[in-house]
Amino acid sequence: MTHTASELVRGYEVVIGLETHVQLSTQSKIFSGASTAFGAAPNTQACAVDLALPGTLPVLNRAAVERAIRFGLAVQGTVAPRSIFARKNYFYPDLPKGYQISQYEIPVVQGGQIEFYVGEVKHRVRLTRAHLEEDAGKSLHEDYHGHTGIDLNRAGTPLLEIVSEPDMRSSAQAVGYAKALHALVVWLGICDGNMQEGSFRCDANVSVRKPGQPLGTRREIKNLNSFRFLQQAIDYEVHWQIDQLEDGLPIEQATVLFNPDTGQTRAMRSKEDAHDYRYFPDPDLPPLVIAPEWVEQVKADMPELPSVMAERFQREDGLPAYDATMMTQSLALARYYEAARDACQQPKLVANWLMGELSRRLNAEGKDIAQAPVPPATLAALILRIQDGTVSNNGAKQVFEALWSGEGSDVDALIEAKGLKQMNDTGALEAIVQEVLAAHPKSVEEFRAGKEKAFNALVGQVMKATKGKANPAQVNELLRQKLGA
Amino acid sequence: MSTELHHLGVAELARRLQAKTLSSVEITKHLLARVAAHEQLGAFVCTDEAVAMAQAQAADARRARGETGPLLGVPLAHKDIFVTVDFPSTAASKMLEGYRSPFDATVVARLKQAGAVTLGKLNCDEFAMGGSNEHSAFGPARNPWNPQRIAGGSSGGSAVAVAARLIPAATGTDTGGSVRQPAALTGITGIKPTYGRCSRYGMIAFASSLDQAGVLARSAEDCALLLGAMSGFDERDATSAQQPVEDYAAALRAVREGATAAQPLKGLRIGMPREFFGEGVAAGVLAAVRAALAEFEKLGATLVEVSLPRTELSIPVYYIIAPAEASSNLSRYDGVRYGHRAKHYADLLDMYKKSRSEGFGAEVKRRIMIGTYVLSHGYYDAYYLQAQKLRRMIAEDFQAAFAHCDLIAGPVSPTVARALGSQTDPLQEYLADIFTLPASLAGLPGMSVPAGFGEEGLPVGLQLIGNYWKESQLLHAAHAFQQATDFHLRAPEGC
Amino acid sequence: MALTLQDVGRIAHLARLALSEDEQAQMLEQLNGFFAIVERMRAVDTTGVEPLYTPLSAVQDVVLRLREDVVTETDQREAHQRSAPAVEDGLYLVPKVIE
Repeated sequence: MTHTASELVRGYEVVIGLETHVQLSTQSKIFSGASTAFGAAPNTQACAVDLALPGTLPVLNRAAVERAIRFGLAVQGTVAPRSIFARKNYFYPDLPKGYQISQYEIPVVQGGQIEFYVGEVKHRVRLTRAHLEEDAGKSLHEDYHGHTGIDLNRAGTPLLEIVSEPDMRSSAQAVGYAKALHALVVWLGICDGNMQEGSFRCDANVSVRKPGQPLGTRREIKNLNSFRFLQQAIDYEVHWQIDQLEDGLPIEQATVLFNPDTGQTRAMRSKEDAHDYRYFPDPDLPPLVIAPEWVEQVKADMPELPSVMAERFQREDGLPAYDATMMTQSLALARYYEAARDACQQPKLVANWLMGELSRRLNAEGKDIAQAPVPPATLAALILRIQDGTVSNNGAKQVFEALWSGEGSDVDALIEAKGLKQMNDTGALEAIVQEVLAAHPKSVEEFRAGKEKAFNALVGQVMKATKGKANPAQVNELLRQKLGA
Repeated sequence: MSTELHHLGVAELARRLQAKTLSSVEITKHLLARVAAHEQLGAFVCTDEAVAMAQAQAADARRARGETGPLLGVPLAHKDIFVTVDFPSTAASKMLEGYRSPFDATVVARLKQAGAVTLGKLNCDEFAMGGSNEHSAFGPARNPWNPQRIAGGSSGGSAVAVAARLIPAATGTDTGGSVRQPAALTGITGIKPTYGRCSRYGMIAFASSLDQAGVLARSAEDCALLLGAMSGFDERDATSAQQPVEDYAAALRAVREGATAAQPLKGLRIGMPREFFGEGVAAGVLAAVRAALAEFEKLGATLVEVSLPRTELSIPVYYIIAPAEASSNLSRYDGVRYGHRAKHYADLLDMYKKSRSEGFGAEVKRRIMIGTYVLSHGYYDAYYLQAQKLRRMIAEDFQAAFAHCDLIAGPVSPTVARALGSQTDPLQEYLADIFTLPASLAGLPGMSVPAGFGEEGLPVGLQLIGNYWKESQLLHAAHAFQQATDFHLRAPEGC
Repeated sequence: MALTLQDVGRIAHLARLALSEDEQAQMLEQLNGFFAIVERMRAVDTTGVEPLYTPLSAVQDVVLRLREDVVTETDQREAHQRSAPAVEDGLYLVPKVIE
């Protein structure tokens, strides 16, 4: 919502709203007893109901509703005490009934919000609604001698479609929102989050306008199943729309597809009468009534929410708001942070390492925190050694690299082996300081003449003489003593 | 003796099967022969002697093992709207020609479980859309009282098979009168229970918020026996009611408080909606209905005048709601997974359009068009929503009327069976449903009881409408009437 | 408010029906005949009336019954595809879908 002039693109303001299809992690489908397991042979998990055989009827899966309630509570939305399933009518080969059972006028979750950071800037995106619906099947376009193959295993998989307000002003914000939403649904255990398998898919509504002007005509980019594609597609679309406007051409409302190979978007040729879905309440499904007791029960069974946990990290661990949010990006990361913190009692240092070295290495290797080769206890041990002055920050980084690469797993052993132990023996250090002073009378004079630079030179000499093992703080102290400063 | 077998109703057959003076195999053979001999009536769209005989033998075996039950070994047949594993399921449409369902409709499965023997599938208007059985891809079912007359519809085949004594009873479905009207036009007894009483699972959907399974038989007693076996909660149908099922057969014999042998219906208040007795009703029909009501008075019932002020509006209301739901329910017939697919097509869109246009008949297309239009962008509120609001007002009119009476009575159809092919204006056909639509819109149980004969000696049906879940009361009243009259025993010439 | 041939064409397309010109003309006449009686219905004042989407809600509160999340169905592909017009490798075949 917060946006600055710097986010204008070629003088245009970008307006983005996202519709995200989240596959709910149920065992069976939303309206039938068929399995939702991914990857089965074509049509072996499409039962009579999923195939819309004559005479079949839908019966709603309680677990899908329970997950929708969980989401509604997590985003501080309203869980509708009474919501209605409607039929969205259109013909498509992967839509067996010729209509999709969805929710239209009264969705199960109304309102809510998602908060996230882009860089250090916090953003809040309002949610319009989240509604339950059934997924369609898949069309396999690789050629069956001029035909398309239809696999209906996915037909009837429960979806929660989460619709945001057009609150995003850049592709970066859109990605930030999508990542936060993804983390949340996985955190809540309502979705497996597997984007390759299509468990989390985004449609992006994009429009541009000159600042202060009314909203421009939007085009909807369909089915973006990776954060990178989301960013690329929006960036391409934004420039395409601006080019149109700059050339004085109108933008027509359209559904477009993103081609990852070309990095371009193009209008879909099908669904030309998609605007007339003839919604009406499904006569096979009476109103969905969610009693307050049920909502309370779900609330009681929910894991601690990231936002709540972040507040706790600020309150109890004294972390800054930004750090606290970073520590709750995923449940795995939060668990890692808590384990390391408990082991060394140094929350801020743990956070620094997680946001710094650790995440740098994870990103570099495209790994998840769960796959980090350095366990929390080991990181904690390393942090303790920095604390008690055994090793310098630079030294610690070398130890960390060694731990990560598997060169060793014992912090102290590695410090020894690499000779990174700082010299804390005052006697020996004093002697070296004396030698340095004796060897550099010029610097001593300059210092006495008031040149601080000269002092630093002397510190450098001492460090050099100790091959960096001296504790810089200690060296400073001793030098000033000797120089009577 | 065996020539008489086909006149026996379900209850009497049950007695003889129980007494082992008759076997299921005997009666099944006998009736299969009659079905074959009366093919020209167009009652059946398919039969399977092998399947039927196997079921009959199985029933006799079950009885030999000591099993009992009023339907064990009793032959009947199903309207071709119910899907069946043992027979093709076509909804009398070219769209589903030869279609085999991998499962049985719940109603079919329950009757099978009770030991009933299925002779075959019965003709009807395509997808149950129509009131004459002329809208069937297999040709019309003919009225046994006069083969040049319509049987009524949509459950025309069921009515003809029962009226012509080919089978003692049949299943049917009623969306806007499809059980009551053909029962009336063929002089038999039919009941459509409260919406939600019978599972819709396996009933090929026409209009989901109106469709209900029903029974066509020759007496209230036989209706009670089948309805009892068909009814009850089904977890596969989210609109199926958890309401416990009454013992309808026992209810027939229940004695009303204050009733006497001569006046078994003493204290029963029967409401006569003035809108059901106005002009537009054929004189012969009106006379028969009034005479039947006079008989009810003799039996101790009191007649009170009530009003159902929106009776006429029920026609547009029904013909907005039913087609709207139908247009959506029939979208699944796209030639992709089953059903008719055109031989030649240019592309996907062309395949859809050709397959559907070739597969559906004129009346079905008409209703799909109406339904698609009333749901389309900009018209929903004016048509569909308005109709559903009026539907509530119509349902409330019934509750107001039931404050003054226990049952509501009137004609089922404004006329007796018309001549085949005599009606080319669909609108006129819709208007003829005026007396059956209100109860359908409200989801109330209704019956058609043979009430004598009208114009040209053709049968007239008396409609009885009860409040929700009052099937027992309906059946009890109809049974009492049939104990005192013999209209239900009259058979068409040559049957 | 009478329909036009154009409306009939639009609706037929939405419903995926191919109607010949004669069929369209006849359909137009029949639909307009029907909608004439519908006008009476539209005139009724229904303000404040709740639509009756499922009949029993006229007298009782009807709520959706839910099923437990259990897999009850097994693979029936062979039985299901017996009545399929065109199948290959277990897939239903349709003319090329152009997105």
